[in-house]
Amino acid sequence: MAERHRADLLISCLHGRYPELIPTLQEEIERRGLTGEVGVVEAGCRGLCAMGPVMLIKPGGLFYTNVQPADVPELVEETLIKGRAVERLAYKEPVTHQSVCYYEDIPFYSKQVRHVMHDCGMIDPQSIEEYIAVGGYQALSKALTTMTPKEIIEEVKKSGLRGRGGAGFSTGWKWEATRQSAGDVRYAIANGDEGDPGAFMNRSLMEGDPHAIIEGMVIGAYAIGNVRNAYIYVRDEYPLAVSNLNIALEQAREYGLLGEDILGTGFDLDIKVVRGAGAFVCGESSALMQSVEGKVGEPRPKHYHATERGLWGQPTALNNVETWANIPLIINKGAEWFASFGTENSKGTKTFCLAGQIQNTGLIEVPMGITLREVIYDIGGGIPGGRELKAVQTGGPSGGCIPASLLDLPVDYDSLVEAGSMMGSGGMIVMDDRTCMVDIARYFLEFLKEESCGKCSPCREGIRAMLEILTRITEGQGKMADLETLETLAKTVQTASLCGLGKSAPNPVISTLRHFRDEYVAHIEDKKCPAGVCKALIEYYIIEDKCLGCGLCRRKCPQGAISGEKKEVHVIDPALCIKCGICRDVCKFDAVGVR
Amino acid sequence: MNLDRVNQIINGYGADRAVSLAVLQDIQREYNYLPREALELAAGRLDMPLGEIYRMATFFTAFSLQPKGEYVCKVCLGTACHVRGGARILEAVERELDIKAGQTTSDGKFSLEAVRCVGACALGPIVMVNEEPHAYMTPDKASKLIVQLAAGKVERVEAPPAPRSARAPIDLSSVPPAG
Amino acid sequence: MPRLKSVEELQKLRTQLQKNIESRTETSTTITVGMGTCGIAAGAREVMQAILAELDKRDINAHVTTVGCIGMCHKEPLVDIRQGDEPRITYGNITPAMVSRLIEDHLANGQVVDEWVVGRVAG
Repeated sequence: MAERHRADLLISCLHGRYPELIPTLQEEIERRGLTGEVGVVEAGCRGLCAMGPVMLIKPGGLFYTNVQPADVPELVEETLIKGRAVERLAYKEPVTHQSVCYYEDIPFYSKQVRHVMHDCGMIDPQSIEEYIAVGGYQALSKALTTMTPKEIIEEVKKSGLRGRGGAGFSTGWKWEATRQSAGDVRYAIANGDEGDPGAFMNRSLMEGDPHAIIEGMVIGAYAIGNVRNAYIYVRDEYPLAVSNLNIALEQAREYGLLGEDILGTGFDLDIKVVRGAGAFVCGESSALMQSVEGKVGEPRPKHYHATERGLWGQPTALNNVETWANIPLIINKGAEWFASFGTENSKGTKTFCLAGQIQNTGLIEVPMGITLREVIYDIGGGIPGGRELKAVQTGGPSGGCIPASLLDLPVDYDSLVEAGSMMGSGGMIVMDDRTCMVDIARYFLEFLKEESCGKCSPCREGIRAMLEILTRITEGQGKMADLETLETLAKTVQTASLCGLGKSAPNPVISTLRHFRDEYVAHIEDKKCPAGVCKALIEYYIIEDKCLGCGLCRRKCPQGAISGEKKEVHVIDPALCIKCGICRDVCKFDAVGVR
Repeated sequence: MNLDRVNQIINGYGADRAVSLAVLQDIQREYNYLPREALELAAGRLDMPLGEIYRMATFFTAFSLQPKGEYVCKVCLGTACHVRGGARILEAVERELDIKAGQTTSDGKFSLEAVRCVGACALGPIVMVNEEPHAYMTPDKASKLIVQLAAGKVERVEAPPAPRSARAPIDLSSVPPAG
Repeated sequence: MPRLKSVEELQKLRTQLQKNIESRTETSTTITVGMGTCGIAAGAREVMQAILAELDKRDINAHVTTVGCIGMCHKEPLVDIRQGDEPRITYGNITPAMVSRLIEDHLANGQVVDEWVVGRVAG
């Protein structure tokens, strides 16, 4: 079964585009007589999603970005036959525009510490053989044959691993609590219901290295005891994650790494994938468990913790998929190794999704405690177009906005909370001076209003009331007294809501009020949106000395609101303008302004 | 209406209310919406009150009680797409199709949805047409996309032009092989 | 597909499977074949294929890479072998028939085949 290749082409970040790329490559390889010599692997995420499709060539580590089917003949000829780099396909350093040919030399990667994501993009996620070849299921065999459940829990506790889903509860303690709860039947669940908009770490992990999650769950189930069934709850919007996980589960069963009598140790466990159906609140633990039971995903009051009474009323350990994927690392390399990364109270590494107004959008993994500055400038390559950073939003709709003045803040559970945000599952949205912070607060509340299940009134009514005020402010109808009302409402919703969704819902409002109060004031008192976002407060106009009268905006305007003779300065009629901004997008001379 | 597929779907999971969510998802995928007849059948076979099935069908946003158009256009309004102008993309598509998000055109050709994050934030603003992502949208490109879809021909939306230097390959033989 | 009944069986399987991903793992041995136009004309592709087959036969863990013209066209096909920090040894005028001895002496027995050497580069 072994197939020795002199080179493997690892292709990532297709995102459903260019379905013909891999067949084209395979044909060309065959045509040049390289079949059997060169392997083509569709691997998981390499993080530089915006530059996809990307290709890593092993050995050697040549790295190509934005590879198109038309590039294939040259690539095969130059690189696979003659051993030369095709420079035009190399990664371009966003600031210096220098080409970087080798993966290891790219700053985006060289500053990262990839542990959980190590094999993501290195192996074919649909092949258990490749996972085993890189050392997969070694931790499982070590745990099941040489460690007692208590020793495993001790090791996980000692590692300092905290939940990667957001709240940061100690994983070892959670397992211990579940183990100590009386019950002949206990459950383990992996939460892959990544609902935060602007975050896709879990998707990449489930798609790119599904066996790591499964291996972690088997180890956890063994440590917790009396767990015979476990579930992975996956967002239905992630069809590839669902399918790769199901393939992985089937392969693990066939190899006897799942099911009855795992590796001949007498330990039984089966894992099933449960698909969510598009409800943000289902990321909340009690709602998620309701949904697994086949009910409407509404949260329950937490008189009992899930570790005592969770799924079907039985003790349940519910962890994020990234948390589970950390377990094999801890078992293989030891708690001390794990704890040597990170800060005093936040150990290990964390994956983040870097998105928004940033050069290198993508998925990164860094040690806890790295500063925001390092993440945004060294790894992220800074803000496009040399614009100014305004804020970083972390923690999804439950998190908050961290202003640029706190750029040296270490990224760990406690520092983020202190700054008025939270770790969350790892979304990191970078905002520049064109982002309006009032609009962002309104945006998140609109999201939360739709996603609130409506069961308890503080969340249902409180979010609606805050949203009304924010909408009023963005429309220029705000009063200064609104800010106080917002603060009072925020406190009420925070205190009185039933579940985590409601309790954290006011965070975007609180954090923007705390760090960007002047923008609220500008909307209310000056009736101005400094970022030029809020439609009611802005006006598009033609900058006279820049307009050459090319007429492009006039032709593109969907309202016919722009007039002007050829080669003469054009004019926008504010009465007809719907502020769609197309004129500003299409103008090649930056002659359309916003005020 | 032929409900054989509904029976097959339920048989595949076993008639247990715990699988109701999965059953509804498969029905949605099969028929592109949840037909009333299918829900009635599922309620009977899973031994659940129809009201409870209806409650699930209306709670989760993945379900629709109305038939969807041939092209389901999902405009992503996730945070990353929002800060890159996702709302303007939605407006452009609404203008072009003359419907609002959540509606279907009268000829049954297009359904328009505003969704929260399809998990491809690097490519934003993004519009998914059925399962195919269209990346780096602008209002203008989005309008064009709709016009092309309506005419039945879609040019591939290429990746953004990255600044690339001349095509000259560099010879690595002067560099010791890495590894 | 074999059902694994013990940890030992998993280890055995892993050892077998490691070959599949050899090009992606670290190794201290790199064999480089010159693949400029003159190298290919002189038969470098056949030499490389012979090397791959020989490594497979002997179960030797090494990376095989290609480079453009090494610059000694009259000595093509040229094959470089580098092991760890040892000097890089360049062999010239290698034919597929010579590959077996080259791999056996240099990689299996650690003996440089002096009469075929055309250059040594430290580091």
